[in-house]
Amino acid sequence: MSIVHLAWKSLKNRRTTALLTIISIAVSVTLLLGVERLRVQARASFTSTVSGTDLVVGARSSSLNLLLYSVFHLGNATNNITWQTYQELSDDDAVAWTIPVSLGDSHRGYRVVGTSVDMFEYFQYGDEQALSFASGGRFSDLFDVVLGSEVAASLGYQLGRQVVLSHGLDGAGLQQHDNKPFTVAGILEPTGTPLDRALLISLEGIEALHVDWINGAPPNALLSVSAEKARGMSLQPVSVTAYFVGLKSRIAAFRYQRAVNEYRPEALTAILPGVALGELWQLVGSAENALLAISVMVLVACLVGMLTTILTSLNERRREMSILRSVGARPWHIFALMITESMIYGVAGTLLGFATLYALLFAIQPVLQTSLGLHIAVTLPGTFELVLALAIVGSATLLGAVPAWRAYRNSLSDGLTVRL
Amino acid sequence: MPVIDLANVVYRWGSGKPVLDIPELVVHRTRKVFIHGPSGSGKTTLLGLLGGVLTPLAGQVSVLGTDLATLSPVQRDHFRARHIGFIFQMFNLIPYLSVVDNVTLPLSFASERLQSVQRSGLTPVQEAKRLLAHLGLDDPLQLERPVTELSIGQQQRVASARALIGSPELIIADEPTSALDADSRRAFIRLLFNECEAAGSTVLFVSHDRSLESLFDHSLSLQDINRAAVGEVL
Repeated sequence: MSIVHLAWKSLKNRRTTALLTIISIAVSVTLLLGVERLRVQARASFTSTVSGTDLVVGARSSSLNLLLYSVFHLGNATNNITWQTYQELSDDDAVAWTIPVSLGDSHRGYRVVGTSVDMFEYFQYGDEQALSFASGGRFSDLFDVVLGSEVAASLGYQLGRQVVLSHGLDGAGLQQHDNKPFTVAGILEPTGTPLDRALLISLEGIEALHVDWINGAPPNALLSVSAEKARGMSLQPVSVTAYFVGLKSRIAAFRYQRAVNEYRPEALTAILPGVALGELWQLVGSAENALLAISVMVLVACLVGMLTTILTSLNERRREMSILRSVGARPWHIFALMITESMIYGVAGTLLGFATLYALLFAIQPVLQTSLGLHIAVTLPGTFELVLALAIVGSATLLGAVPAWRAYRNSLSDGLTVRL
Repeated sequence: MPVIDLANVVYRWGSGKPVLDIPELVVHRTRKVFIHGPSGSGKTTLLGLLGGVLTPLAGQVSVLGTDLATLSPVQRDHFRARHIGFIFQMFNLIPYLSVVDNVTLPLSFASERLQSVQRSGLTPVQEAKRLLAHLGLDDPLQLERPVTELSIGQQQRVASARALIGSPELIIADEPTSALDADSRRAFIRLLFNECEAAGSTVLFVSHDRSLESLFDHSLSLQDINRAAVGEVL
């Protein structure tokens, strides 16, 4: 019978304490890996969203604020860009394409994004992927709407469904644009970006919704313009909230950014999304580090708990050790037996921790996707996680050397007989 | 060549008075020797010296012709595992191992004893079951039960099978019958002797209970051979 076998049977004999020790290690491993996984995945998800966009332009504000409201639909725009300014700045020689976005309406908690068909043409996310349709296609009619995958899935909408949009973003009692319902013309494939949680309509559609509104107030019955009537009207957009820019060459990015920032007629801000994201990471970095530090502390506490468990078991196992000695076990066998025990704790705790992590990831993935629009990919453990796992098993084993050494010393002094 | 040969062996714990001072003790092959003495007469120390876990202050401890002092601690451990089977007073068994696993345990630490079993054409488990059957433990149900649920007598028989497996040359028994009643003691010793004779093992039996000494070839009083014990009133 090998030492590993012996250690395993011995642990099985003390299965309650052993199991509790393993569970406590597993929980801390899950916590540590989970924090790290969320951090990496959240960053990947954010970075993926802006990967195809060179610049984002909006009304003057902090770059982080602009990035959050224009790209991630978090918070509100400070101001709009006039249509004329947008036209002028889009005409720059360096610009390959622009995608305007017009925000401010919603539908059952999901944001409505007014945009142009260039969204479907030029927007790229992840690894240079363009938007594609699960069913239907782009909006072509004034009152067509394209749904993000998450919107369609959670509301159960299909092509041809009539959708009434609301004025404003959240809360109850929003004014409904119920005289101008939209029809679902297309549903996007999942992208893992905030567009999954958005409804896309044309800029003209946005204009049509608000054509009879005066100073942000809903029309009274007399002035109200019907959907049919709106079709005949001029629906040239007055403004956009922000626009995304793709450049012919990224070399021009700084020049274009300066041109926008110094644009005289209107106070604007142009940001490089990667740089703004860097600011965001810096902002949340200390919180992340604190969380990581706490997880490490929890792990250390659990390993010390394991050490306590083993050390307390030593005395009651003294006779067991001397029996082993009498049947021929060398002192180093005793040492190996004890250290194998901590190694089993470490390995089992880490494996169970990984298993729990994946179970949680599978459970939490849809929730994060729905509630935060955060796409967490459930992938195989990365190098960092494997190194971490090895480090945990290594530390457990190393800590196990303490009781192992004591058992070794005991077995030398006790010899074959122990008096209890 | 004697199995045990002690010459002028002196041992003391720490820096106190010697607890053991034996000018001579010789035990020949296949003998069954009974050593009696009250507690404190140095029995445990003698067993420690024979097992190689203690080293004498002076003198020579030879087992099977090997002077234990010439061996390193690791070699002594190995020597013990290979040549000596121990049976102790009680709580002799590893509680989390099955009966058969307890019996085959020494084979994992002494390959010579494993080979000795294999030479007989049996697997370790078969040999363990054979020994247990000879010692009167042949009920398959008993073998399945946790060792902690066996009676003391049954536990001591399991411990004997463990000492005997792989046919070590020397069986050292330290008060193995103290927890048994008189009838069980005699039965236990007969079973033990049968197996030792079959394997050609020498038996050194240490006890304070002289009622058993008639069963042995030789009986010694530790007080008679231990000069350190002379004059001590216990």
